[in-house]
Amino acid sequence: MATINPDNRGLRLAVRYLVLTLIALIFIFPLVFMVMSSLKPDLQLLRDTSSLRAFLPVGDISLDNYYNAFSRVPIAQFMFNSLFVTATTVFLSLLLCSLAAFSFVFLNWSGKNVALAIIIATLIIPFETIAIPLLLFVSKLPWIGMEGLTFGWLDTYRVQIIPLVADGLTIFLFVQYFRDLPRDLIEASRVEGASWMQIYLRVVMPLSGPILATAAILKFLAMYNQYLWPLMVVQQEAYRPVMVGVQYFFQLSTAWGEIMAYLTIITIPVLAFYLVLQRAFIASIASTGVKG
Amino acid sequence: MKLGMTFGAALVASVSWASVAAAQTELSLWYHGAGNEAESGALNMIIDDFNASQDEYKVVVESFPQESYNDSVVAAALAGNLPDILDVDGPVMPNWAWAGYLQPLNIDEAAIAEFLDGPKGYWDGQLYSIGFWDAAVALMSRQSTLDALGLRTPDVDNPWTGEEFMAALDAAKASGDFEYAFDLGMPWTGEWYPYAFSPFLQSFGGDIVDRTTYATAEGALNGEEAVAFGNWWQSLFADGYAPGTSQDPADRDTGFVDGKYAFSWNGNWAALAALEVHDDVVFLPAPDFGNGPKIGAASWQFGVSGTSENADGAAAFIEFALQDKYLANFSNVTGLIPATSTAAAMTDNYAEGGALEVFFGLSAGQATLRPVTPGYVVSAKVFEKALADIANGADVADTLDAAVDEINADIERNGGYGH
Repeated sequence: MATINPDNRGLRLAVRYLVLTLIALIFIFPLVFMVMSSLKPDLQLLRDTSSLRAFLPVGDISLDNYYNAFSRVPIAQFMFNSLFVTATTVFLSLLLCSLAAFSFVFLNWSGKNVALAIIIATLIIPFETIAIPLLLFVSKLPWIGMEGLTFGWLDTYRVQIIPLVADGLTIFLFVQYFRDLPRDLIEASRVEGASWMQIYLRVVMPLSGPILATAAILKFLAMYNQYLWPLMVVQQEAYRPVMVGVQYFFQLSTAWGEIMAYLTIITIPVLAFYLVLQRAFIASIASTGVKG
Repeated sequence: MKLGMTFGAALVASVSWASVAAAQTELSLWYHGAGNEAESGALNMIIDDFNASQDEYKVVVESFPQESYNDSVVAAALAGNLPDILDVDGPVMPNWAWAGYLQPLNIDEAAIAEFLDGPKGYWDGQLYSIGFWDAAVALMSRQSTLDALGLRTPDVDNPWTGEEFMAALDAAKASGDFEYAFDLGMPWTGEWYPYAFSPFLQSFGGDIVDRTTYATAEGALNGEEAVAFGNWWQSLFADGYAPGTSQDPADRDTGFVDGKYAFSWNGNWAALAALEVHDDVVFLPAPDFGNGPKIGAASWQFGVSGTSENADGAAAFIEFALQDKYLANFSNVTGLIPATSTAAAMTDNYAEGGALEVFFGLSAGQATLRPVTPGYVVSAKVFEKALADIANGADVADTLDAAVDEINADIERNGGYGH
C-alpha cells in the first residue's frame, strides 16, 4: 500500500500550486497587459509587445491615455447608459424568467412541456438571425409616453431593454434549479393554505440565492457586452452603450493606448459585480454544473 | 404692473424666437468621425457657418464611429430612419445609390470642375456624392536607403518599371540590412486589400471585374494579365521579399521607421509620423507593371439620403461646404489630401514645398477608382480572400478562377446590379 510521507505531500502541494499559478497567470496576463499598455504611449506599447516588457510598468509611464480617452469619448454618459440598461434588464429578467420557470415547474397547465421545449429550442438560434426582423418590428412599435402616442422605439433606452429581458437560457437555469428544490416544502405550504404567489415569494425565492446570482452574472455580462443590437437601434450618442464606444478609437491611426485605458475603465463594473456575487456564483456552478 | 410688463415682453420675445426656430427646417447629418476631435471640429465649423449664413435650414450632426458606421446606416435604412445627409465611403457609394439609400446630388457641377477625380462620386451617369479630400498610397523609403543601394529615385513622371522595382527589392534583400525588403501592410485586412493592392493588378492589365460591362469578372480577374499579377504577388512572399499574412501588426506600424523594411506601401496618413522619425523619408510613386502606375482613389464623401424630404437644403449645405477654405482646413486637421489644387495651396502640407506635396501629384496622376459598381462591396471581399490565399501559397489560377465564379454568381443573384 502506497504511503504519503511529509516530503511527498509537500512536493505534490508545490506542483499543484505551481500548475494552478500557471493557469491563473494565463487568465490574468491579458488583464495585466491591458492595464500596463494603458499607461504607455503607442510607439512603446507596440514595441513592447514582442517582449515581457508588455506586462511590466516600464518605460515612459503616464496617465495620458486615460486623459485622452475621456476627451475622445463621453465615457460617463456611455457608462451610465450601459449600467442603466444592464441593471434594469437584469432585474426584469430575474423577475420574469423566475416567474416563468416557477410556472413550468410547479403549476399544472396544458401544453407547458411543449412551451418549455420551444423556449429551450430558442437557445440554438443565434441572435444575429432574428436581429433584422426584430429591428423592423421595434421600429414600428407604438409607445405612450410624455409626448403621447408615438410609433417606433429607435433611439431609446426601452429598445435596448424590453426585447432582451426574457431569454431561454435564464428560464432554463431557473427551471433546472427549481426542479431540485424539495417538493415537500411546496406541498406543505399548499396544505397550510399559501397561494402560489406566496410560495414563489416566501418559499422558492429565499432558497434561490445561488441561481439568482448565476443568472444575474450571466445576464449582466450578456447585457453589458451588448454591441450589435445597440448599434442597430441607437443612432443618437446620448443612448449609446460602452461597447460601441470602443469603436471611437479606431481611426486612420488606431490609438492602442487609449483603447487599453478605455477597456480598463469599462472592465471595472464587471469585476466589481463579479466580486460581489462570486461566492454565490461559485456555489451555484458547483451545485448545477453550469459553466458561464 | 412692472412685473407684468416684463413677463409680457419676455413671453413675446420667447414666442418670436420660437417662431424663427420653428421656421427653420432641421437637416440631420450623419458622419463617420466620432472619436476624432479634430475632424469633428472642422465639420462643426462648416455647420456653424452654414447655419449662420441663412435661416431656412439648420444642420444637426450625429457622429458615429467609423468601424460601425456602415452597419448603422444599413440598419437605419431597413428601419426607415435615414437622415437627410449621409457621408459614404467612395467605393461603397454605388451600392448605396443602387439600394436607394442615396439620391442624386443636385449641385452646380461647375463647383466641382476643378476637383480631383477621386472625391467625385458618379454612378450611372449621375453625381451622388462629393468628398472634401482624397487619400493616396505611396512607396515609402529613405533617401539614404536608395543611395546606399545605388537606386535611381523615381518620381511621378518617371516611376520605376516593374523590373526596376524588383531589382530594388533584390538589392534591399541582398544587402542583408533589412528583415524584409518590402512591407505591404498585410495585417490590415478589410478594405486595405482592394484599395492598396488592386492597383497592382490593374497595372498588370487585369482588374477585379470587367469594367466595360460590369457584368462579369471573367477575363479581368483570371485572364493572362491577372495570372501574371498573381504569380508576382505570390513570389513576394514565397521568395522572402515581404512578410505574409502573419505579419505582426505592431511591425506594420513601426517596422519601417525601426529599419526592418526598406520599402513600405503606406498611405499619406502615415507620412508625417514617418517624417518625424527620419527626415529623409521619401514617397515614391507606384511602379509601372506595363499598364501605367496606379494607386487607389476615393475616400469619404457626402450625399443626400434617398428618403430625405429636404434634398434641396441638403444639397445646399454640401455645396456650401465645398469652399476651398473648408477643404484646406479639413486637410490641415486630418492630414488628408484636399480635393482641389487651390485648396492644396492654402494648406500646411500640400502647398508648394510642403512635406506632403508629392501626394497631391500622386493623387492627380496615378489615382484609379475602384470598380464603380454596387457589386463592389462583395467583389472586394472576394478579392481580399483570393489575395490572402495566394499569399499563403494557394494555386494562383485556381484561386482566381474560384474568385471569378463567386463574383459572377453574386452579380447574377443581384440581376446585374442595375448596369
